[in-house]
Amino acid sequence: MEKPLTQHIVPGRKPLNLKEYEQVGGYASVRKVLKEMAPQEVQTLVKDSNLRGRGGAGFNTGLKWSFVPMGPEAAQPKYLVANADEMEPGTFKDRLLLEGNPHQLIEGMIVAAYAIEASISYVFLRWAYKVAAREITQAIQEAYAAGYLGKNILGSGFNLEMHLHTGVGRYMCGEETALLNALEGKRANPRAKPPFPQVSGLFGKPTIVNNVETLCNLPHIINNGAEWFKKLGLTEDAGTKLYGVSGRVKKPGCWELPMGTTIREILEEHAGGMQDGYLFRGLLPGGASTDFLVEEHLDLPMDYPSIQAAGSRMGTGTMIILDDQTCPVGFTLNLQHFFAQESCGFCTPCREGLPWVEKILLAIDKGEGKPEHLLTLDFHTKYLGPGNTFCALAPGAMEPLQSALKYFREDFERHIHEHHCPWSKSKVWQPSI
Amino acid sequence: MLTAEEKHQIDHEISLVPSPKNACIEALKIVQQREGWVSDESLKDVAEYVGMSTAELDSVATFYNLIFRRPVGRHVILLCDSISCYVMGYEDIKEQLFNKLSIQYGQTTADGRFTLLPNCCLGTCDCAPALMIDNDLYRNLTVDQLDEILSKYT
Repeated sequence: MEKPLTQHIVPGRKPLNLKEYEQVGGYASVRKVLKEMAPQEVQTLVKDSNLRGRGGAGFNTGLKWSFVPMGPEAAQPKYLVANADEMEPGTFKDRLLLEGNPHQLIEGMIVAAYAIEASISYVFLRWAYKVAAREITQAIQEAYAAGYLGKNILGSGFNLEMHLHTGVGRYMCGEETALLNALEGKRANPRAKPPFPQVSGLFGKPTIVNNVETLCNLPHIINNGAEWFKKLGLTEDAGTKLYGVSGRVKKPGCWELPMGTTIREILEEHAGGMQDGYLFRGLLPGGASTDFLVEEHLDLPMDYPSIQAAGSRMGTGTMIILDDQTCPVGFTLNLQHFFAQESCGFCTPCREGLPWVEKILLAIDKGEGKPEHLLTLDFHTKYLGPGNTFCALAPGAMEPLQSALKYFREDFERHIHEHHCPWSKSKVWQPSI
Repeated sequence: MLTAEEKHQIDHEISLVPSPKNACIEALKIVQQREGWVSDESLKDVAEYVGMSTAELDSVATFYNLIFRRPVGRHVILLCDSISCYVMGYEDIKEQLFNKLSIQYGQTTADGRFTLLPNCCLGTCDCAPALMIDNDLYRNLTVDQLDEILSKYT
């Protein structure tokens, strides 16, 4: 089984330095694109490979690039940003790539920047990834010293600067337009679209923001071709995917597997199944902002269309398991507390609606819930849904709520009828400040 | 007053962006590195230096949870309270920390040693529960490890 993204990553070992990385074929794709390919050809190849954005949205990467104005008439400078903010609760896949093989990311960024003719690039890294910050800083220095970054890269005439920017918190920074505001030294509120960042992004210039895992796929697609990449996937979706599992399983972790591996195989073979004494009840397939799936979905392939057809989203591909000894109301309350806290406060439905949802869930969890509370939660899932808010934060928050109300409604009702949490005789989860 | 070294670092950040204002978050980080937090006085100094009003800069500073606008202890404990840590029982860690340090979230120990804050997902969910102290990450936490961990910080 091919594992292009993680083949040179050994947990616990220092990542390859530039020389070692070159010895295993590193930066070959940079040589290839600079010498043999026009930027438009790189775009077409990546589009044909059907590489879809690994940050969660799953948009075709080459297609995303194709909206960037090209040629001498285009506004300058153009920017490429690696979204390494990874703040979706339950998600820890990009950490593996950032800490394990920083040169692979830099190589992918050079390819992407060349494809859109960008001359300035940023790695937008979340503050908590201290090891990654150190490794990337060193790798960028090495890449400059070797002539892969800077002016006239490898004599091609192509120039690219690269900077590491570490954030100062807030989930909103993962949303690409909010991320651009953060990079500009502003509050990380999302921006209205259109104009899309491809046309007017960082500092008003054409900009592409790509997820770390997306960028790390690029060197391999350039070296091996679109057909090779498509064949890596088991279903119509291409490539490999970093899948993760957290919660009460025997071996929580993150693995690179063929796209379309079934949920059951990931859970049982790779994560080792449930811990003794715990039973499976449900899972969020790709982070906090995805709908619950349950037992009947376990044989689905983890790819974008299959999970979407089941009413959820593959999201980041890192699953969070709900076990039988964790209260589904408490679980949902924890998620809604997070979203209410992380709302940027810019638009009213999100700013007012999410705390309302949190308060109702807290009341239900405490045994103070009323039957009509469930109807109030139901209407929030509609009024905070897609199309009613300025960005995707509140609709994302509603995904686990609406599916919890669907699959675990009896548990909500028991809290209300029995006036206490059946999972806890005395203690109720108290949201942090 | 900004020190010469701080001005030097902020100038470098300003040189990378179109307008000095664009470097304001970097400037706040630089100031916070020295004092541990951003005082009203420092906020005013940074605002003047990058050409913003104090109110505008404060609207940025208060948006980000890791720019501290109130004094913190010598070490800041960030305890993850997100979903995977919730499932894996971070609340026991929280209660032990409350008891051992005699503080609640948002407070600083009487000796100025620790400030305790809740924090959303630290991105190490396969090793939950987790916390960070300053730049150090601790994972797969159990309550009996806490004394040893805390003793490393004076």
